Order: sequence, then structure tokens, then C-alpha cells
Amino acid sequence: MLLDYFYQLRKAGLPVSTSEYLQLLDGLSQHVGVLDLQRFYQFSRLCLIKDESLYDRFDQVFNEYWSGRESSFDLNIDAIPDDWLKLADKDALTEEQKALVESLGGWDKLMETLAKRLEEQTEEHHGGSKWIGTRGTSPFGHSGFNPEGIRIGGPGGQRRALKVWEQRRYQDLDGTKELGTRNFKVALRSLRKLTRDGAADTLDLKNTIRATAHNAGLLDLKMRAERRNNVNVLLLLDIGGSMDYHSALCEQLFSAARAEFKHLEHFYFHNFIYEKVWRRNQRRHTDTVSIPELIRTYGKKYKLIFVGDATMSPYEIAAAGGSVEHWNEEPGAIWLQRLQQHFNHNVWLNPEKDTYWDSTPSIRMTRQLMHDRMYSLNVMGIQAAIDALKTPMVARSPLDSE
Amino acid sequence: MNKPDYILTDDLQLAVDAAITLERPLLVKGEPGTGKTELAIDVARRLNAPLLQWHIKSSTKANQGLYEYDAVSRLRDSQLGEARVKDIANYILHGVLWDAFTTDERAVVLIDEIDKADIEFPNDLLQELDRMSFDVYETRETITAKHRPLIIITSNNEKELPDAFLRRCFFHYIEFPDRSTMSQIVHAHFPDVKKDLLKAALEVFFDLREVPGLKKKPSTSELLDWLKLLIADDLPADALGAEELRTVLPRMHGALLKNEQDIHLFERLIFLHKQRQR
Repeated sequence: MLLDYFYQLRKAGLPVSTSEYLQLLDGLSQHVGVLDLQRFYQFSRLCLIKDESLYDRFDQVFNEYWSGRESSFDLNIDAIPDDWLKLADKDALTEEQKALVESLGGWDKLMETLAKRLEEQTEEHHGGSKWIGTRGTSPFGHSGFNPEGIRIGGPGGQRRALKVWEQRRYQDLDGTKELGTRNFKVALRSLRKLTRDGAADTLDLKNTIRATAHNAGLLDLKMRAERRNNVNVLLLLDIGGSMDYHSALCEQLFSAARAEFKHLEHFYFHNFIYEKVWRRNQRRHTDTVSIPELIRTYGKKYKLIFVGDATMSPYEIAAAGGSVEHWNEEPGAIWLQRLQQHFNHNVWLNPEKDTYWDSTPSIRMTRQLMHDRMYSLNVMGIQAAIDALKTPMVARSPLDSE
Repeated sequence: MNKPDYILTDDLQLAVDAAITLERPLLVKGEPGTGKTELAIDVARRLNAPLLQWHIKSSTKANQGLYEYDAVSRLRDSQLGEARVKDIANYILHGVLWDAFTTDERAVVLIDEIDKADIEFPNDLLQELDRMSFDVYETRETITAKHRPLIIITSNNEKELPDAFLRRCFFHYIEFPDRSTMSQIVHAHFPDVKKDLLKAALEVFFDLREVPGLKKKPSTSELLDWLKLLIADDLPADALGAEELRTVLPRMHGALLKNEQDIHLFERLIFLHKQRQR
């Protein structure tokens, strides 16, 4: 049964490994995370899921798998471990309590009623006088007032609603969600990965020699922090229409990470890259920078990031004169490839849902031109893009079109 | 020192229990100020075990947790002709894990903010955390844990941790406390806080967290600081404007909002609200 559950998780794309599964079994055999589905949920999440951005997906799989199967888990009286039953040792009761037990029909009857109620009960219950739950006067449950009450579940205290996994409280943490202000911070952290790599200290040879000489020949090591923040980023943003919101967000994101970069430059384009881009959208027609100038100004070390939905007519990419705004002598694809040739660390971030990518010809084309270095504009996508930025794109001839 | 109780939610309790029973490291993540570090301190206190803290910095190396061979002092000593230079053991400096492995009782080890370190750092500790032993090459001895320590690791998510490392840990994400947990936490810290003051303060606090676009949402530790100020001044609850909460700036909001832009934003919201009420 548990093996099915394990494969269900794997099928949903959750990275659970065999050793983690064995850990889960090990824990269960030592009575950790048993007794009810709530604890099992907590324990299996603890063992199997190592990233809060996957919590939401886990909740969904858990819900799907266990809904309808709860009965096979915690309402089975045979599954209650022996030592738990020992807790309910009737010898521990006072005379007064024993009398009360008798009033309910004796010990055996009590256990029988427990089994019956466990079967009947399908919802969590607080208060009241019959159902099993907390703070009630029923003989079953915990934190109750009934003197012969049998405690079910953990050591007192508060328990939350039975099915936390149904509330899907971790949705906001899901890494595949569209980038928004809520998961902004997480995206920002992944951006930092671009700049922080490797340890800090290197031997400062010059200073060591000087200090050692000062010290009359006794060795005095001097270290210095390795230079950081030497990443340059060139951001090209598609602007106009539906892209405005995403571009603004992206700009914010990168400006927030500004301190991490040595230089951050951004320019705008509309729909696709042609011979020029502009720095300020209000003055797009007067204040332009040509692509050759861009290439001359910014060195090869700049990492180039495009942000755009790449959704347009294929002509706008492939044909001369295809631009919707002006007559372009050369097709956009060639301009893109010129940029790629110079800035060989490049990626494209696309806010369109990746399920549409294959069915939109212009996205397919752009993706080919980008050699698959196109990523979704969400936390996971940005993470993948940052990883991709660390390696250069394999250079090709600018005219070698697909 | 009489420290207030740390409120363990039941899922966190289970996580700690599991880490103790199954002897696995427990990796804790969560919003800043949700008490990740406090957890280790509290667990150590409850278990009555010694707590060894290892605060990670960007320059921390995995070896430093085990031991360091101070070759430079040895070289210096040799230049000065000291006698202790003959024994290499004099220059082995013990790290946190060495101490934890060799204590006579089970220790609690806190590895704080592991994500601050180099990416390779967690990988370098895999073997040691798995086998709970390590070799000292210089003196050719092996240090094995007498009692497997309970290891609590915190992370602020600045870096991804390697999968191999994650597989060996239990992982728990501390959620931001809900209202009832939060009032429990406050009660633990300020047992005799006035009920109406607490209610008003929590209302302001949770409202504030809802304000969209805040650069830094106030966290538990900021709430506690703020309450400390309020209690020290012995303010009545209506000073917070419990009735028309949003129409007055919460008193001493400096403890809650740490960012100038946030305060401006907040003031603007209040202004808008006032206008709407007219």
C-alpha cells in the first residue's frame, strides 16, 4: 500500500528517493508518525519532501491518494499498537473511575464502543459528548474531562483541522507559480546564485611578504577576500501591450538584486529584436541605441537576459520588413543571432505558460533560435535560467538559421 | 536565567521527535523571525543536553566544524624553538562536531544558517553526519561519536542545498504562526500582558502583515519587541486605537516596520483610509 503511495508521489514529479522511503518505513516501524492520518501526513512530509515549494504539490497528491482510503489507515482498531493499549491499562484507574467504567457497561464494553465509534466517526470532532475528539466529555479522545477517557493521538495540546493537506496552505510557495510580488523574494534569492559562488579567501602574497618582513622574518600570513559582485547583466525587455506588467515586474526584480551585480543595464524592444533598442520607453523614437553599438559598448562578459512572450506572427521574426512598427532591412532572427554571438551567456524568460510554447509557432521559432534556452518567468524558471547563464551557449554562424 | 517557553506546534514536535528517535539531522527553514535558532536552544534545554552552536559565515569551511590544524602557529613556534612544536596534537584545534562527538552525554548541535556557506559545504559534511565519525589525518586517529548528537540545521534559503545532503535530513518548514499560536507565544513571553492590549496589538500586527507591497513584513520577533515597548509604557489598549485601528498610526511602529519606504506606504494607506471614511 505504501509502495503505491511512494510511486504516486514520484509520478507527480516529486523527487523522492528510495533511501527516503526506507527512512519513512523505518520511522513507522518505530511508531513515529502512526496512529492517525494527520501524523502520518506530517511524518511523511518530513521524510520525503525537502523543499517548501513542493509542499503544495505534495498536499495535492496526498489528498488524491488518501481520500477514500482514510479508513484503511487510522480507523482500523487492529492497527492500534499494543503499547498504546497498555496506556489504557485499567489497573491505573482509581476506584471511583472504575465505578464510572462499570456505569458504561464495563471495560470490555468500553473497548467495544471505542472500536464502534472509531468506525462510525468520519470527521474530526471537538467538544460534544459522543464523538471522539478533543476537549469533550466523551470517554474517547484527549484533553477531555471524562475520567476514564482514553486519549487518542498525541500528548494533549492543540490539534488542527484533520485535513491540513486539503487547505493547500503552501500554494504561494509553489515554485511553478507565475512570478508575482509574493514569491518575489524567492526569485531574488535564486538570482543571487548567479553572483555567489565559491569560497572567499585567497592568500595575499604581497602583503604576506611585507608583513613577514615587518615581523623580522616570522611568518605572518595575510588573506584577502576574493573579489565578488563581478557579474554584469544586460536586460532586454519586451514592452507594449500584455508584456508591460511582466516587464515592469522583471525590472523590479533585477533592480532589487542590483547590489549583487557590478553593472545592470536594461533596454526595451517591442515584440522582437531588430536593429535598435531604447532605454526609456517614453522616448522610444528619439533615444535609441543600435544593436552594433550595444555590442561595442558592453563586453562579452555581460550576461544577456531577454524577457518577452515571443508571441507574434512568425514573419516578425523571420522576414525582412516583418516588424509591425517600421521597415526592417534585415529579419529579427539575424539581429538576435548577432547578439547571441557576442553575448554568449544568454537566456530568454517567457511569461507565457509553457504549455502554449509548442502550439505557438513564433515561440517555437524563438526557442529554436535560443537553442532551448527559454525558461518560464516563475521561480523555478528563473532558477533554471540562472544555472544556464553559467555556461555559454555554443556559438554558431549568425546566418545558420534553422 | 528563566527563559520563556518556546511554543512547539504539533507538526514541529513530531519533527523533533522523529529526529531524536531516528537519529537524523533536522533541517529547519522558515521566514526570518519564526524562531528557527530558538528551536535548538529550547530543545537542548528540554532534553537537558549541552548545546553546541556553530554559526556559519560565508567563509566557513566544513573542516572547521571537525578540527583545524594550525600549521602557521606551528611554523612560528618552530622558528622560536618552542618545545611544544614536537607534538602535532598541540596544534589541532577542536571544532564543534569534535566536541559534540566526545561529550559524555548526548549533545544538541545547532548548525545555524547553513546556506550562508559555500555551496560545497553541506556536501563536505555528508560522511561525518552519516557515520558520525571522522578521521584526523595529522594524528592518525578516528573520532567517533560516543552518543549520536541531535543535529538541528537552519537555513534561510539563500542557496539551494545539494540533494544528497537533503536526502539525509528531515525537513521541516516553519510556517508563520496563526493567531492562536501567536497569542500562545506572546503569553509565554509576557505572561501578564493585559488581554485587551494583546488583542489590539495582534490585530494591528496581522493587519499590518496583510498590507500589500511591504518590503519587510513584521515577524514574530518584531512583534515581541513591539509588545515589550508597549508594556514598558503601560499603555492602555485604546491607545492603539483598537476601535478605529487603521485610522491612527500604531504607536511606536518603528519596532514593527524597519524600512522607511514601508512606513511611507503605511502612512499613505492610512491617509487613504481616512479620506474614504469622510
